[in-house]
Amino acid sequence: MQKIRNFSIIAHIDHGKSTLADRLIQHAGLVNDRQFRDQILDNMDIERERGITIKSQTVVLSYKSKSGEVFDLNLIDTPGHADFSYEVSRALASCEGVLLLVDASQGVQAQTIANLYAAMEHDLTIIPVINKIDLPSADIEMVKEQIDHDLGLDSDLAVLCSSKEGTGIEDVLEAVVARIPPPAENSDKPLAALIFDAHYDPFRGTIVSCRVFDGKVRPGDLIRLMYNGAVHKVEEVGFFRLFRDPQPELSAGSVGYLIAGIKTVADVRIGDTITMDTNPVEARLPGFKDVKPVVFSSIYPISSDEYPSLVDSLEKYKLNDAALIYQKDSSAALGQGFRCGFLGLLHLEIVQERLEREFDQAIIMTAPSVQYQFKLNDGTELTVENPQYYPDPILIKNSAEPFIKATIIIPERYMGAVMKLCLERRGSNPRIAYPTTARVEITFDMPLAEVVFDFYDRLKTITQGYGSFDYELIEYRDSDLVKLDILVNGERVDALSIIVHRDRAREWGLQVCDRLKEEIPRHNFKIAIQGAIGGKIISRSTISPFRKDVTAKCYGGDITRKRKLLEKQKKGKKRMKMVGNVEIPQSAFVSVLKARDE
Amino acid sequence: MNNRQNHRKNPGLYVHVPFCRSKCLYCDFYSIASQTSIPTWLEAVQREMRLYGEDCGDEHRGKFQNFDSLYLGGGTPTILSERDLAALMESARKYFTFSPEPEITIEANPDSLSAGKLQNIRDLGINRISLGVQSLDDADLKYLGRTHSANQAVKALEMIRFSGFTNISVDLIYGLETQNLRGWRKTLDKILEFRPEHLSCYQLTFEPGTPLGKMKAAGKVRSIGDKLEAAFFIYTSRYLEREGYLHYEISNFARATELTSCHNQKYWTHTPYLGLGPSAHSFYSGTRWWNVKSVKKYCQLLAEGTPPVESSEILTEDQLDLESLYLGLRTSAGIDLNELGADPGMSGALAEMQRTGLVKISNGRIKPTRKGFLVADSLPLMFQG
Repeated sequence: MQKIRNFSIIAHIDHGKSTLADRLIQHAGLVNDRQFRDQILDNMDIERERGITIKSQTVVLSYKSKSGEVFDLNLIDTPGHADFSYEVSRALASCEGVLLLVDASQGVQAQTIANLYAAMEHDLTIIPVINKIDLPSADIEMVKEQIDHDLGLDSDLAVLCSSKEGTGIEDVLEAVVARIPPPAENSDKPLAALIFDAHYDPFRGTIVSCRVFDGKVRPGDLIRLMYNGAVHKVEEVGFFRLFRDPQPELSAGSVGYLIAGIKTVADVRIGDTITMDTNPVEARLPGFKDVKPVVFSSIYPISSDEYPSLVDSLEKYKLNDAALIYQKDSSAALGQGFRCGFLGLLHLEIVQERLEREFDQAIIMTAPSVQYQFKLNDGTELTVENPQYYPDPILIKNSAEPFIKATIIIPERYMGAVMKLCLERRGSNPRIAYPTTARVEITFDMPLAEVVFDFYDRLKTITQGYGSFDYELIEYRDSDLVKLDILVNGERVDALSIIVHRDRAREWGLQVCDRLKEEIPRHNFKIAIQGAIGGKIISRSTISPFRKDVTAKCYGGDITRKRKLLEKQKKGKKRMKMVGNVEIPQSAFVSVLKARDE
Repeated sequence: MNNRQNHRKNPGLYVHVPFCRSKCLYCDFYSIASQTSIPTWLEAVQREMRLYGEDCGDEHRGKFQNFDSLYLGGGTPTILSERDLAALMESARKYFTFSPEPEITIEANPDSLSAGKLQNIRDLGINRISLGVQSLDDADLKYLGRTHSANQAVKALEMIRFSGFTNISVDLIYGLETQNLRGWRKTLDKILEFRPEHLSCYQLTFEPGTPLGKMKAAGKVRSIGDKLEAAFFIYTSRYLEREGYLHYEISNFARATELTSCHNQKYWTHTPYLGLGPSAHSFYSGTRWWNVKSVKKYCQLLAEGTPPVESSEILTEDQLDLESLYLGLRTSAGIDLNELGADPGMSGALAEMQRTGLVKISNGRIKPTRKGFLVADSLPLMFQG
């Protein structure tokens, strides 16, 4: 056990976490240069493209230290986004230490701090690492000062490296060996293993990533998942070395995988404890939470005959993403579809992109919604995340929406613009701190609904990319909520309805009316687009009809030509959604969700 | 569903004469400015007639009989000499049979007519002349690349009437940059002095590939825009209806029901028609085919005894339905209510179209209004959920 180290790398987005992981792997000789693919741990296309880690991966590095001893270093990769903070916390719970990575030119950012707190909560050894020291804009002194002041760590202990150039990698590995404590020896106790991740393999079922804290587990053992008491027979255990490396056993302190005929990832819960059926532990390892979705949206196929294929794709997708929940939904405008719950907006975008890219689905997603709470006059309490189920307003006694604590770190010069943005988004109770000179940390209480659209994009824009943002859910607060409907020639387009704060309804209504006006082509009749709360119209726009659309001549050869044109238009019309007589292109549904370019 | 019965109706015969003195800038029909190949063309047309006529074993033999219309179109058919025209008519009568009083039309340009020629044309049994006047404003004529003057056109009309023709059609074009509503009305007024039995008033279209189309693409000329085009269209329709004309198709007006073009209506109702000559289209019972678009190739193929057909299509039921729908909605007769499916979405669409004044229903037919005519291209798909 003295030769094992379990650690994670944590960082703000883009600070070079995946690149550092690649370097460590390469340095440990796990892959040769020919096999080497950049950012080996991010093995989904979308992860590589966006440069973010969605599913965490684990790998064992065999490292021969300067002292000549060989260590097994378990690198537990973590997702780098607030949406996946629970997964991060479970990964951290499996470690004894972390590398806290800071970009040498950008310095400490909002997620750096959030990650630091998470690591502290688990009482981990924290090794600050300053990355990207090769950049011309690198300011190591500034970053060291931030490490001292913002993070309260000893900057003298910070390791300097450049993952890109490969400098300082040895120092990082040496620091891991020297400073992170080995896991405790508890192999004689009853089995307690923490599940921190799960992947789906079409041939083996669910591959459970776990950290064994107490006891040991071998193939043939009957294990029990404490969450639901399900008993499974272990088929295989082993270590991750970019491929699965079977072992005779996993003993206390080790990190590895376990295959036990578990069908889907939804059958396990991240954070759950695995124990022995015959000799179970009494209590679960601490920190288990059943993650609940916070953002909701409906998914519809563009063309209704693609519905069966969407059903199939969602089922397959779900095999590997237990966090996504969905149920059938239907819309008069868009037909059959699904109401889906996501961990956050990024999770939503990832699901959307993967469905489109990996499963080749052409889909329309409705405006994301949070979960609202309504108390009715008769005492009933309702939770509503789908505008379709907004209760009759005269029955509502009280309504409430989820609030977050938003933390934003920016260079001081952007403070005015960011304050304005937050106040526009109903931010309240601002707290301002100056951790170091010229940088501001602003904390706001804000409705979650205000950030699920385009808050982060807007923040990036107004701070020219310097703004960093993190949030945590705090509580439900009373709020004056209304349902805003969009009418096209008097007909309600149910897929465009949203629940919104009364003060924000008009602005949203105007925006949707304008967007639809741009996207819906002219027809041979006038089209009125209206935003309405109940019977009250609060915004409108009009699409004037085209005046003339007729071919002058139609003789012999023209007839076939004209028919072919109509056939083409008819095909195009299939991809349109009809509301009454109005053809609404898919782009219109997408455009209403796009960031406002103010 | 509809128009299927029409394949039993008398067919129409079309002969394409692809020769012109010079090409007009807007024209999208196939023609060539050289006349040297007229003799070989004539010979080829006669061969093609024989292919479809009774004494030969072609697949279409016998299908096309008892024509009640013959249309000599172009190009400029009056470019043919009196002898060539006579030979053409003689062959047509030799290889095909005609109903007792067929409508026989020849297209003519003002600068290709003389009193003698007109007399000759009448003697050949041609009883209808479609004169390409286009405008009675010299600036318009120049813009269009016409080789005659307004004065020549007026003289030609006088001559035609004087020769005793009782069925005259005049082609006009509106919506030119050089034209305003007042100028257009002057042209109409002058034309109406001759009380033509039939008028075709086309809105100028910039067809890609034509000189005018290219000039538009290069930004040298412009369309007048859909607002003004709509104004011209409505004005023309109202004005001519007040003058006693029936606006029976988007671009066609007739002084009485029996003066509507018998031949052209075959195109709009899936009635069989046989087109001879390069680029001509034919239709028979759900099949449409068309000839090669080259005089040279056309003559070569026929010299080898091969039908000069470039391609053909067999229309599916859906395609026939779609064509009936859109062609019907281009005419004042409209479409039979029963031709629409019983789809509830359909009746909703129909109600909406009535409400917005695009169509009206009378005698069990859906008839486009003047406003409906204006947007006729967009009507058919409103019925196609």
